[in-house]
Parts: sequence; C-alpha cells; structure tokens
Amino acid sequence: MQGLLAEYLPILLFLGVATAFSLIMIGAAVLVARQNPDPAKLAAYECGFDAFGDSRGQFDVRFYLVAILFIIFDLEVAFLFPWAISLGGIGLFGFWSMMIFLGVLTVGFVYEWKKGALEWE
Amino acid sequence: MIEVPALLPALPEIILAIGALALLMLGVFTGEKSLRTVSALAVLLLLAAAAAVLPGYRDTVVTFGGMFVSDSFGGFCKILILLGSALSIIISVDYLERENLKRFEYPVLIVLATLGMLMMVSSNDLIALYIGLETQSLALYVMAAFSRDSARSTEAGLKYFVLGALSSGMLLYGSSLIYGFTGGTSFSLIAAAVSGSGPVPIGVLLGLVFVMAGLAFKVSAVPFHMWTPDVYEGAPTPVTAFFAVAPKIAAMALLVRTMFGAFPEISDQWQQILVFLSIASMVVGAVFAIVQTNIKRLMAYSSIGHVGYALMGVATGTPDGVKSVLVYLAIYLAMNVGAFALIIAMRRKDGATESIADLAGLSRTRPAMAFALAIFMFSLAGIPPLAGFFGKFYVFIAAIEANLTFLAVIGALASAVSAFYYLRIVKVMYFDEPADAFDVNTGRGITAVATVSALVTLLFFVFPAPIVGAAAYAAQSLFQ
Amino acid sequence: MILQTITFYLFAAITIAAGFMVIAARNPVHSVLYLILAFFTSAGLFVLIGAEFIAMILVIVYVGAVAVLFLFVVMMLDINFTELRQGFLQYLPIGGLIGLALLIELIMVVGVWQFGPEVAGHAIPQATTNGMTNTEALGNIIYTQYVYAFQAAGVILLIAMIGAIVLTHRTRPGVKKQRISSQVYRDPKTTIEVKKIKPGQGI
Repeated sequence: MQGLLAEYLPILLFLGVATAFSLIMIGAAVLVARQNPDPAKLAAYECGFDAFGDSRGQFDVRFYLVAILFIIFDLEVAFLFPWAISLGGIGLFGFWSMMIFLGVLTVGFVYEWKKGALEWE
Repeated sequence: MIEVPALLPALPEIILAIGALALLMLGVFTGEKSLRTVSALAVLLLLAAAAAVLPGYRDTVVTFGGMFVSDSFGGFCKILILLGSALSIIISVDYLERENLKRFEYPVLIVLATLGMLMMVSSNDLIALYIGLETQSLALYVMAAFSRDSARSTEAGLKYFVLGALSSGMLLYGSSLIYGFTGGTSFSLIAAAVSGSGPVPIGVLLGLVFVMAGLAFKVSAVPFHMWTPDVYEGAPTPVTAFFAVAPKIAAMALLVRTMFGAFPEISDQWQQILVFLSIASMVVGAVFAIVQTNIKRLMAYSSIGHVGYALMGVATGTPDGVKSVLVYLAIYLAMNVGAFALIIAMRRKDGATESIADLAGLSRTRPAMAFALAIFMFSLAGIPPLAGFFGKFYVFIAAIEANLTFLAVIGALASAVSAFYYLRIVKVMYFDEPADAFDVNTGRGITAVATVSALVTLLFFVFPAPIVGAAAYAAQSLFQ
Repeated sequence: MILQTITFYLFAAITIAAGFMVIAARNPVHSVLYLILAFFTSAGLFVLIGAEFIAMILVIVYVGAVAVLFLFVVMMLDINFTELRQGFLQYLPIGGLIGLALLIELIMVVGVWQFGPEVAGHAIPQATTNGMTNTEALGNIIYTQYVYAFQAAGVILLIAMIGAIVLTHRTRPGVKKQRISSQVYRDPKTTIEVKKIKPGQGI
C-alpha cells in the first residue's frame, strides 16, 4: 500500500507545483500589474465590432448522440483493461465471458451502423 | 480452473437476452416496416420465457455466486410479469401504427425491460438488485419519451428519468450503508449479520430506510408517488398500460424479496415503514383520484391506491401476507391490462382521447365496450363477486390475522372512497348523454385481450383455487 | 503516513467545496467545470485507498467523456438561467429542511460509527492483495465470480445505446450520400444510351 502510494508521489508533487505555480502567476498579475478597467477593455473582442448576441449558441442534438455513443464504447473498453491483465488466471471462462459481453455490444454497434447513427449527414 | 456457474436456473433471462438481440437485428435489417413482425415474435419470446420458468418452478436454486436465486416465489412473479409484458405488446401495436410511432424498437425495449424485471425478481444480492433495477428503469425511461415529438411525452420521460435517478441514488446510498455495516452485499450475509442478538446497528437501519425509499419510488407508494400521474398522463397510452402492470409487479416482488430475504429478523423495523406507506398510498390514491378528469391520471392514482393494498400484505410479514400480495398482483394484472386495453381503444376519427367526459353514453354507442369497462371499474373498486374483491379480501384477512386490524379498517374505508370515482365512470358511461362515438375499428388484439381479461375478472370466483394455491406455494418458498 | 492523511483531507475538502460550487455556481458551465474538479479529487481519494483502477476510470470516463457530455447538454439548452433560478428562494425552506434531515441522519450514522460484528472479525476488504495490482485483483473476479453483473452491465449499455438512438436519431430527408457499391457497380450499358443522330436532325 505504501509502495503504491509512493509511486504516486511524483504526481502529487507535480500537482502541488502546478497549483502553486499557477496561483503565483495569477496572484502576481493581480498584485503587480496596473489595473485600470473600462467597458471597452472588458468587452469581448469581435473583429473591432461591438459583440452581438450571446456567444453560447445552441448545439445540435446530434453532438449529444455522438458523445453518448462514445461514452458507451469508452466504458466497454474500460472493461478490457482488467481482463487483459488477468486473462492468464481466469482461463477460458473469463475469455468467453468477455466475448459474450463484446458480442452484446457488437450487436448494438451493428444496430447503430444500420440505423445510420454514425453518419453525420 | 474456475467453475462455470449453473446457467439453467437463469434460463428465462438468457432466452430473453438472446431473443432481444435477435429481434433488434431482425428489426434493423428489415427496416421500419417490421413493427408487426417484431412484436409478434416478441410476444412469442416472452411466452417462451414463461414456459422456461416452469421446469425449475418447484426448486430453490442459488447460482452466480449467490447473486441469483430461482424459486417458486420468483417463478410466480416472473410468469405474471411475462404475461403482462406480452399482453401489453399485443394491445400496443394498433395504437403505435395509427399514432405514427411505428418503430420496431418498442417491442425490443419491452423485452429488455422485462429482462430487467426478471432479474429484479430473482435478485439475491444488493448488486444484482441494483443492476436488475437499472436494466428495467433505463428501458422504461426511454419508453416514456417514446413519442419524442410530443412535448408531453418527452416531459414525462425526463421527469421519470430525473426522479428515477434520484431514487436510484437513495437506493445506492442505502446499499452502501448496509454493506458498510454488515460487511456483505449478499442477502443471506446481510440476514445473518442482522439476526444476532443485541440492537441492530443504526447504520443498517438507515440503509434499510434509504433502500426502502428507493423501492417505494419504484412501486410509486406515497410519499414517493409524485412522478406517477405526470408520467402516466404524458407517456403514450400503450406505454402507460405497460407501466401500470409489469414494472409494478416486479418492483413489488423486489420489495418482498429484499425485505424477506435480507431483513427477515428485523421485520418489526420495516413493518412500521410499510404500514405507513400502505396507509398513505391507500388514502392518497382514493382521495386525489376523485378530482381527476383525465382517465390516465385517474388510473395513475388508482394504481397508487392498489399499491397501498398490496403493501398491506407485505407489511404483515407472514406467509399468508405474501400469498395475499401474490394473489392481489395476479388479479391486478388482469384488471389493469383489460382496463388499459379499453383506454387505448378510446379514439375518434381525429385521434386518441383521454378525458373521462369522452366516455359519456358509451353504453349506447358501444355497449360491449361499456360493459367490459364497467366490469373492470367494479372490479377495481372491489365489488363482489368480481376478482378485485377477492384480491382485497385476502389482503384484509392476512392483515387482520397479523394483528393489523386498524390497517384493514383504513383499507376498507379507502376502498369505499375509491368506489366513488370508479362508479362515477360507470355512471358517465350509462347515464350521461352520448358524446361522439368512438372509432369502431378497435383492432383484434385489443378486443381479444379485453375479452379474456374481462372473463377472468368476472369468473375468478368460480375457480380461485389454482391461483390462490400457486400463490400460497410460492409464498412458502420465501420462508424456508 | 502523515502525508497520506494531509492529502486525504486536502482532496476531501476540495471535493466537498467543488460539490457545493456545482450547485451554487450561477453559470451552468462553471458548474460543470466544478464537477470536473470534484471528479479529479475523488480520483485522488480512490488512489489513496489503493483503488487505482476506479481512480483511472473516473478520470477517463467521467472527466473525459461524461463531463464533456454534460457540457454538450448545457450548451444545447437555450434557456435563460437567471430566470430559472428565480424559484430558488421559494423552494429554499422545504429544500433546506430536507437537506437538514439528511444531514442529521448522516451525523447519526457517523456518531455511532462501528462496523458490524461480522465485519470486525474479518479484515476490511482491501483494494490490493499481496503482490497483485488493484486492476489485476479486479480482473480476477469481474469476469468470473461477478459474471452475472458483468453481462447485465453489457445489456444496460446496449439499452443506453438503443435509447439514445430512439430518442435523438433522425434521418434527414434529401441528404445526398455516397453509396460506394452502387456507384462501383454502375454499368455503362444500363446508364448510357447511345443514339445515332443524323446531321441536321434533332432527337
């Protein structure tokens, strides 16, 4: 356990240094730089025009479909990692267990494909 | 070598899973026209799964490392659920075709939801419980929003999803507390951990409360019922018909399984919660239904009330109580499928209608339909000698024998109040001036289902023995 | 050991603060960003108890995919969020009451915190067993001992897939696409008609 955590120490240190460094940068900017805001300076830059409209437009629902299909296959792949590591120990049963799991999702994949959910236009 | 678990006890589930995949492929390769074919095959699939329940009906077998149990209690509920799902597919097809919802995913989703319900009924472990519940719920959320171009339907789906996710969260939180304090997720381990002498750890109790809150949401018991009227009203009518029957039975069976499987020794702790849920559901179901003008909302409150009666049977904590719940669920299935078949048939030239006022004078325009609906309404109200009366009768008897007389009295009072609105529908149909007649072309599936369930409801008193006997046998399997 | 404790409290505090900010932030995009922070620090907490696999999954799946999905959803909504919040004060009393009840219940649990007698006898389940990484320990049981839950998870993913397509997928009419096979199989004999036209005449 301790050994495991020791392996993560560099990451922790890195996180600490990164946080400290970015805080110093932001803090220095706040403390040292001269602050003299006016409305024109604070406005969003849009090619010299006054900004028109909200920058946050509506997205097409198709993005959502792609994202959710991605998540599903992401999760599927996540299950492959432990399987790949322990395949030696879990034998044929473990192998076929994963094959059935993949089979179910492949059926889903074929469904998606035939439905045209993977096509953009 | 790792031992492969016995698969035979899970045969109905395996049949449904493989069948659902096959139907999905069949549907997607034959295109959108395939709704009828896929629906017919889905009905056959559900019946095949019901047939597969029968061989292992008498034995209690635990498999998959103790996560899955197959016994006669599960068998009884599974057959009810499979029948309910099959019937709701039969009564849906015409409606879907007319409302331009001709998509083959509908029967596939019903099969997948049914798979989840069977898993719920057979769960013997908190993990299996949750996974079964999610399999069912996810499919149901999609079905509620199935009419995706209708704002009401999508609203129903979203509402159901958000509140369902909240209840799943509560269930998981409770499960984690139970796991933390008992050291196991398996029902038998939990039962062993809480059976010792001395006080039950408060963490376990709190976990139990949270789990019960999550399950009460799924059976839509008051005070976790708020979603029911909105979802019932917003979802397409065949989906509502499905929601009202199979998932209710599954969730009730799951509640019974969890209470009697994992917490049999501390029944005095959960009984009081169930007594409260039961009273609240019966009263709210009876009182709030009176003011409804939409028949789907009315059926929603009606189902809340009926859940209250079924919970009364669970609250007794006795084999007789469980038996009465099973009989109740079987009768509830027959009445509700029939009533909803007729509600689906409520359509005019310009589309489906759902208001009670549209039923006015139905006895003159469609006498057979009015008579059948009257039978279901009388039965739902619990008027002898119809089936609904026997359902309530067994529950009340079980409650009185378990010294819960006050509960039975409240139940009888609520039943009297609820009779008011059921009979109001009969009055509207028989004594009001006729409104425009409904479309004559009802569809053979609906006619057949309504006729059969009306006959079952009407003639239950002639042959109650097989169902009551099977229920008693099934209830015993929980108390071994 | 002391470093471990400090890290735990640091991550736990950030998780709670970020969780609070998820519901308190005025801009929903900021809420999602706080959610990502909460996911990250939770991953750190998982690492602290040795559950490496879950920690990494949290980063890959939740931060990498779910949070992006949330951002999409937030961006898809075209609603005025300040208007949406106007009911907030109105519901605050009842919401606060429920929150308080939950808090009291939580304190009750913490107040009597002790493991069940059966658990006290055994060792508490460990994320790593001797000489085996957490991922391997998981791999040894997920696919065999927990095969039922594993396959059911596959079915749930399938339902999610069907659901997403049923609810959001539309085929747009009038879209021109390449159909490779029909294009390749196009035959001059069936598509081109050769007509002899004498000079000075039309067709």
